[in-house]
Amino acid sequence: MLSGRQLRLAALSAAALAYAATTSGALAQKKYDTGASDTEIRIGNIMPYSGPASAYGVIGKTEEAYFKMVNDAGGINGRKITFISYDDGYSPPKAVEQVRKLVESDEVLAVFNPLGTPSNTAIQKYLNGKKVPQLFVATGATKWNDPKNFPWTIGWQPSYQSEGQIYAKWLMKEKPNARIAVLYQNDDFGKDYLKGLKDGLGARAATMVIAEESYEVSEPTVDSHIVKLKSLDPDVVLSVTTPKFAAQTIKKIAELSWQPLQIVVNVSLSIGSVMKPAGFEASQGVLTAAYAKDGADPRWDDDPGMKKWTAFLDKYMPGADRTNSNLVYGYGAAQTLVKVLEMCGDDLTRANVMKQAASLKDFVPDTMLPGVKLNTSESDFAPISQLQMQRFKGEKWEPFGEIISGEVNTN
Amino acid sequence: MSAAEDVATDHAAVAAVPKKALALGPAASLVILLLLIATPLFVKNFIIFQMTMWLIYAIAVLALNILTGGSGQFSLGQSAFYALGAYTSAILMEHFNVNYVLTLPVSGAVCFLAGYLFGKPALRLSGIYLALATFALATAMPQLLKLGVFEHWTGGVQGLVVTKPDAPFALPMSQDMWLYYFTLAISIGIYLASVNLLRSRSGRAMMAIRDNEIAASAMGVDVALYKTLAFGVSAGITGVAGGLGAIAVQFVAPDGYTITLAIALFLGMVVGGVGWLPGSLAGSAFIVFVPNIAEGISKGLSGAVFGIILIVIIFVVPHGARQVAYGAQHLIGKLRRN
Amino acid sequence: MELLTNQILAGIATGAIYACMALAVVMIYQAIDHLNFAQGEMAMFSTFVAWQLMQWGVPYWGAFIITLAFSFAGGVVIERALFKPLAKAPILTHVAGFIALYAIINSVAGLTWDFTIKQFPSPFGSSPFLGSQLISTHQAGMIGVTLVLLVLLYLFFQYTRIGLAMRAAATMPESARLVGINTSWMIALGWGMAAAIGSIAGMLIAPVVFLEPNMMGGVLIYGFAAAVLGGLTSPFGAVVGGFLVGIFENLAGTYIPGVGNELKLPIALALIITVLVVKPNGLFGRAIVKRV
Repeated sequence: MLSGRQLRLAALSAAALAYAATTSGALAQKKYDTGASDTEIRIGNIMPYSGPASAYGVIGKTEEAYFKMVNDAGGINGRKITFISYDDGYSPPKAVEQVRKLVESDEVLAVFNPLGTPSNTAIQKYLNGKKVPQLFVATGATKWNDPKNFPWTIGWQPSYQSEGQIYAKWLMKEKPNARIAVLYQNDDFGKDYLKGLKDGLGARAATMVIAEESYEVSEPTVDSHIVKLKSLDPDVVLSVTTPKFAAQTIKKIAELSWQPLQIVVNVSLSIGSVMKPAGFEASQGVLTAAYAKDGADPRWDDDPGMKKWTAFLDKYMPGADRTNSNLVYGYGAAQTLVKVLEMCGDDLTRANVMKQAASLKDFVPDTMLPGVKLNTSESDFAPISQLQMQRFKGEKWEPFGEIISGEVNTN
Repeated sequence: MSAAEDVATDHAAVAAVPKKALALGPAASLVILLLLIATPLFVKNFIIFQMTMWLIYAIAVLALNILTGGSGQFSLGQSAFYALGAYTSAILMEHFNVNYVLTLPVSGAVCFLAGYLFGKPALRLSGIYLALATFALATAMPQLLKLGVFEHWTGGVQGLVVTKPDAPFALPMSQDMWLYYFTLAISIGIYLASVNLLRSRSGRAMMAIRDNEIAASAMGVDVALYKTLAFGVSAGITGVAGGLGAIAVQFVAPDGYTITLAIALFLGMVVGGVGWLPGSLAGSAFIVFVPNIAEGISKGLSGAVFGIILIVIIFVVPHGARQVAYGAQHLIGKLRRN
Repeated sequence: MELLTNQILAGIATGAIYACMALAVVMIYQAIDHLNFAQGEMAMFSTFVAWQLMQWGVPYWGAFIITLAFSFAGGVVIERALFKPLAKAPILTHVAGFIALYAIINSVAGLTWDFTIKQFPSPFGSSPFLGSQLISTHQAGMIGVTLVLLVLLYLFFQYTRIGLAMRAAATMPESARLVGINTSWMIALGWGMAAAIGSIAGMLIAPVVFLEPNMMGGVLIYGFAAAVLGGLTSPFGAVVGGFLVGIFENLAGTYIPGVGNELKLPIALALIITVLVVKPNGLFGRAIVKRV
């Protein structure tokens, strides 16, 4: 017969043991949704590897290489990433087919960095309906920041409208009487920027914006549009163009011996893809706004983040063109996903993935400009909303001014 | 420049297909029908979705077959009618809350009218010139869909999201399965009607025009009427396919209806066998599944692999699936005799 | 008024691009009586070859000549390997072949040289031409080369035996064979010449639009349109057609309110179709009499 004291001790130890068991049990409890297991996390992706937007396909390749690097180093919390990426040819019906394949046939945990506004619009309802995370979409369309209506969709790069608003703010401060001509691509990308600019100028948009000239992607060259704009005598040209047309614009303006203040949008700030072909001399004084570092810029040679990026390229993408800004983009996005998955720990449910994605606090991937931080919250699904203005001088971009925030909500 | 005129013997641009080859034999038809009906019961929703798209594109290829194989008019512009049908359905469903079933006849009618109206000025064109005109139509359509003036209805570059219907009468099947059987029923209906059309007097008139327009005209065929009718019918059927496509994909946007679609439909017609209506299924399978196969083989060179597969097919069977079917028929006939 | 002249001049400059391509299109049409959808891609590929040679240190004119020879040979090889075996197949199958060729060349170019744009040098430099800022020396050079090519082609088809033989083989193959013309090799020759002209077009166009695998996609349709407008049997017509399309497109974009800018290409094509309805063989084409 145990003594009272012994009984109390036994009871206490039993209670303590039970308590320890339950708490560590809760900690050790793993939760998975389809696509995650003890050894694997399946991530889906769609990219335009063919068709009119195939220039962006390299983003998918960069991400694939990045995940390989992570896997080689042991994976995330011991799990390897299986990255499944399909080609949608920038066609919405194809995107729908491919995303259904990813979710229903390949059974991925989440769809990461799908590219293109039309494709993402096509799959948004489906993914939200199926409660599959549509993570860090590779488009700057403003509408991805809408957690109330689409709680499973979250953006990544600064939205086009917020960038447009930043240019508007800057112009109103530095050149309040400017006559602005906008050359824009006639699709959602171009129109979103235009809206941002005009919203940012507010009541003054009517007097400041003297021309809105659109062009089609199918046109061989935008030269005749530039000629038309010149005849209207603006002093600022906002070039809402993709790289090929941005280079053509810079080149033609120089050929016409015309020197307006040129602003080129973030999408086309790559030195290797735009400034170099257009000609460094022609590109002097061009402005833009950036959130990431340029891989071709020697100023970052000793930057620890970019050194990691270069080492990554050396080992996992040898021979890749360092001047291609898509390589920087893909690396940054992939690093963000890895961070979110790490934050999930052993709770790899889709709900938790979204929760962690909405809980980024001052996260800085290797490739961001100093001062740019990723932040998300339950009401803010735009991780990057800061940009810094830069001026092209010599053969590289020189940042100036402060980091500007451009917050735009769709609600 | 020489004053003499070039004289050319005009070979028929499209080879004639014997009448009895317009449809499959009864045995083959039954087997295929059974497979089409039974398969969805055993596969995942995603596969059912792919099969639905396969049927939808088959309808569009069939329409092109009537136009080119039936009346000899070359068209690279079917994507325009497909888009028109898709948007008509989408706008009716989303802006006017029309039931999805009722939008299809409307899409068909609208596109029939559009095709007929396009066919009129196109009467004076043939061969390469008609190809260019239809190409112009195909490139114009995405532009028109993006136009600011229509943006309130079309959603402009953003497109329109379409709601997928549930199975009616609370039938115990998924949305995908219901849509598949709905599409299947429509496909069969269109197929039977088309075969009938080509076997009828109108069909014969069209084929006479295809084989030799001048001779047909000399024999009293109203060339203008039948050519425009062919355009209209073909456009109308393509419009119905477009409407179904909008419902299946649940989204319409200008980027989904580019010249690439028109070229794909054309390839589907060639691979299936020009003028051979059952070939539409084979041709559609080619354009729906081969790009995926090519992507599986090589992501970087998917276009090249696709091109190579296409070349192999046209080398081995220049007349498409029709040639394969004939070959098989021949073989079976020989085996039976021995 | 100044805007009008400017747009016309700019139109002539872009029109030179279309005229170049249109010449290649007419060339292939003269050879095979059909249009080759892969013409643009072949031109693009040749231009990449020239670019690669220059990257390896070959000077411009050396690369130019080598590319010309390579393109000619390439055209002949493609015809012999791909289209001669299809000679008896229906025309629509040929078109499928062209499309397949397009897909293959585009894909291979994309993989080999990726999709970032590249600068392509011009032998004419790019300073203003005669003081005019609207036409650079390169664009003037492009117009000049196009005109020279035009004259050479005209002389070839009108006054050489081979030119005549080629035309005969294309329009009336049976009769041509009866007269002893080797129609098969005429077609191969036509392909080679078309490929060579295409490569010249590519090398002239690239400095303006920048070199990348999708560079010729838009240009080709304009080239077709220009060739059809001018008359598919007339190199002179092709060049005139090119300039007309360029000018008209610009004027439509500038002066048609609202939709003019967004519908530039469809309007240009609509114009051409209207012309065809009135003059079915193009502005300068010859009427083809069809025998029943």
